[in-house]
Amino acid sequence: MSELKHVSSSPHIRSKITTSNIMLLVIFALMPATLFGVWNFGISALMNIVVCVGVSVGAEFIYEKLMHKKVTVNDYSAALTGLLLALNLPPNATWWMSAIGSLFAIIVVKQLFGGLGQNFMNPALAARCFLLIAFTGRMTDFTYDGVSTATPLALLKNGESVNILDMVIGKTAGTIGETSAVLLLAGAAVLIVLGVIDLRIPASYIISFVVFIVIFGGHGFDLNYIVAHLSGGGLMLGAFFMATDYVTSPITSKGQIVYGILLGILTGIFRLFGGSAEGVSYAIIFCNLLVPLIERVTMPKPFGPEEKEVQA
Amino acid sequence: MNKCMERLFNGLVKENPTFVLMLGMCPTLAVTTSAMNGLGMGLTTTVVLIMSNLIISLLRKVIPDKVRIPAYIVIIASFVTLVELLLEGFIPTLYSALGIYIPLIVVNCIILGRAESYASKNSPVASAFDGIGMGLGFTVGLTSIGMVREILGVGQIFGIQILPSSYEGMTIFILAPGAFFVLAALTALQNKVRNSKGKPKAVGCSEGCGACQNTSCLGKEQTKEAK
Repeated sequence: MSELKHVSSSPHIRSKITTSNIMLLVIFALMPATLFGVWNFGISALMNIVVCVGVSVGAEFIYEKLMHKKVTVNDYSAALTGLLLALNLPPNATWWMSAIGSLFAIIVVKQLFGGLGQNFMNPALAARCFLLIAFTGRMTDFTYDGVSTATPLALLKNGESVNILDMVIGKTAGTIGETSAVLLLAGAAVLIVLGVIDLRIPASYIISFVVFIVIFGGHGFDLNYIVAHLSGGGLMLGAFFMATDYVTSPITSKGQIVYGILLGILTGIFRLFGGSAEGVSYAIIFCNLLVPLIERVTMPKPFGPEEKEVQA
Repeated sequence: MNKCMERLFNGLVKENPTFVLMLGMCPTLAVTTSAMNGLGMGLTTTVVLIMSNLIISLLRKVIPDKVRIPAYIVIIASFVTLVELLLEGFIPTLYSALGIYIPLIVVNCIILGRAESYASKNSPVASAFDGIGMGLGFTVGLTSIGMVREILGVGQIFGIQILPSSYEGMTIFILAPGAFFVLAALTALQNKVRNSKGKPKAVGCSEGCGACQNTSCLGKEQTKEAK
């Protein structure tokens, strides 16, 4: 009896994948688009990113200290939330807007509901929508090369022509991280290859969105129009990096497809028939709220004989 | 007299209709875009509440039990119509600011709730004081929500600029979502203050949580007793 055995409850086999690993991978996958955003929009974009990440991490740390909870700053989830929020802000957003948004994301949306894993909607997007309603003027004022311009999506909505190549590369007005479709796709490809995100949600999202645009867009199957819609606005950023958030997306595989299709249809409705040109963030937070319902409907049945159909 | 003061305290603090009973949420969320609107709505409701409580209490032995709700509604609706016409005549700005929410005072659950649970069982004087207490509690709730929304939304209180004019209002606090944020924050704050003053005694736990007024307990006392 001299040798003490370490006895613990299951699980006994642990994966090397941890929350902080995944968060770090997502942050790295976002780096190309982030760096492009800084290069594209200049120093104000960098300042916004720094403020958002700093305030997010700081808010999480201080809140958890004050509430005597375990400090979870080391899992990088707050840093990722801050980064995603910054990528969703216009480059000339003021520092206090970024700070208010980060505080709202971390304190109200994430921590008040119980911290990581308990938040009912994507904190970064909820904060973006909060800012969008609170400071509508500033949030829709896109300056590019020192000139206040419309985003390509707004141009598209008004029936004006857009430069497709610029949109795909990202040399257009827009929020800090959404402009470069190519670099976002490159980052997303890494995540998909590494198995961090699953293709189900983004694929069903994009396919259903394209179908919606073809049917209701009024341009038929016009490849230019479709590509412009796909690479314009926050669709790529939203579909690959925010709709796939583990906490706020369904866990059942059928549910993920239903969720993606709903996102595509809602984004299409908001973009084509809504008051503003963009609708990805509203579509995602709206579908976040439907996730419990979707999971309930698409819950897989356990394998094996069932004694009797139980009324759920 | 002691009973009357107890009624006032009960309405203002112990059973504050906005922050404790969570009654009358429709006007609470809709008209509190500014402190003035909140105050106006609160006082209008207070007047209706006092008068309807008084009359219902006077008539409590006359009204047959089976038709009491229609009878209450008739009394309440008469007073609301009265107040509405008076407002339209004398304070037209407030009348237009409150709009549809003045006639909707008829269906405010505080008024029918007090008629049903208090005025129909108690003496006229106590009922009138209950109306004053509840009405003032409602007014305090609405005005404080309106003040917070106004100061965050446009930087003013009662139309007077408080914050420096460089402050950019957060429009969201004037719109409906802001009402929910402010209501939740203020309710949390008063719960915090209430709990720090020493836990309220569990009252009537034997009757179950349905009849219990102690909303901060949330069934904890009952499970404690069961153990």
